[in-house]
Amino acid sequence: MYIFGQVLIGIGTAFLFLGGLGIFRLPDVYNRLQAGTKCTTLGAFSTILGVGFIHPNWMLKAIVIAVFILLTNPISAHALARASYKSGVKLWDKSVVDRCKEFEECQEIPKEEEG
Amino acid sequence: MDAQGEHRTQRYLTAFVVSFGVWLALVGTLNWQELLMGGVLSAIVAALGWRYFSQVGFSRLTPKKFLYLIAYIPVFFWAMIKANFDVAYRVIHPRMPIHPGVVLIKTDLKSDSGKLALANSITLTPGTLTMDVEGDSMLIHWINVKSTDTKETTRMISEKFERFLKVIFS
Amino acid sequence: MTALWLLFLSLGAAGVALCLARAAAGPTTPDRVVGVDGTVTISIALMVLLSSFFDRQIYMDVALVYAVLGFIGVLAVARYMERGV
Repeated sequence: MYIFGQVLIGIGTAFLFLGGLGIFRLPDVYNRLQAGTKCTTLGAFSTILGVGFIHPNWMLKAIVIAVFILLTNPISAHALARASYKSGVKLWDKSVVDRCKEFEECQEIPKEEEG
Repeated sequence: MDAQGEHRTQRYLTAFVVSFGVWLALVGTLNWQELLMGGVLSAIVAALGWRYFSQVGFSRLTPKKFLYLIAYIPVFFWAMIKANFDVAYRVIHPRMPIHPGVVLIKTDLKSDSGKLALANSITLTPGTLTMDVEGDSMLIHWINVKSTDTKETTRMISEKFERFLKVIFS
Repeated sequence: MTALWLLFLSLGAAGVALCLARAAAGPTTPDRVVGVDGTVTISIALMVLLSSFFDRQIYMDVALVYAVLGFIGVLAVARYMERGV
């Protein structure tokens, strides 16, 4: 159990580091969000579960934190991507295709009402 | 009002059960004092927030849906692990082999929570990030664009999740 | 054993340093927010690791509260960028 927990923590911290590297290296906001969301979510998830395996009576609390991160991280990434598109951040120059023009939402000016 | 009043008890009970479950996981004991306190607090929280917590409660949860939910979890985790190795490869590679782009997909899911689950699954799986949802179309940022046609992209990105989510959130 | 734990912690700390470098250098505002978001997630994992390292369960509660606050903070900033205060 102890060894398994440590393996999980090792994988998790490696992915945390890769997530940081991705956020640092990739060329524009959207690509950075990709690396930032995926790698840090799985990294944190596996690290926290690993700690849960090392201390079995903390397992329930670890699961609560891990599931919370798993549920909320994609939502904040989604909100950030949408906000940066609306606030006019351009895609990377070498992007292949941008079909946002066909999407009515993108051309509207942000609305005031509607919470 | 009818549709709301009908499910009122169900929705209240759903909020209560979920808050009580989270409380139990957090305190981690079965001491009667903790149980009493958790029951009182969950009742207060559920009374304040049941309106926002869920639309229909657990009333529409059938055994079939539950089985599909259990079967969905390994599919999701496998896709997520693949996604991580994919992104790690792209980040470590010295020349960063990425061809990013923004594509559209169509979804058949009707309910809001179904769309939320699909958007979250897409965000956590290989190379895709949901940017916006409007009606039945979704705007996806794809790190390695293979096709720009809406039908093709729908088939490649969302089909394997929709098969499960259609049953779970029907 | 301690050496292994130090390796884990320093990998995480390197991730935090890279995210903070992006938050300091990012050309646009969303870039900085992405950096801060990554910092928050990695710090939560590091807090849980530290709670195991020092054998104090109370640190996990700190991590849970920090997760909630970080999520709300990022949502608030995203909303602000989208349509002003």
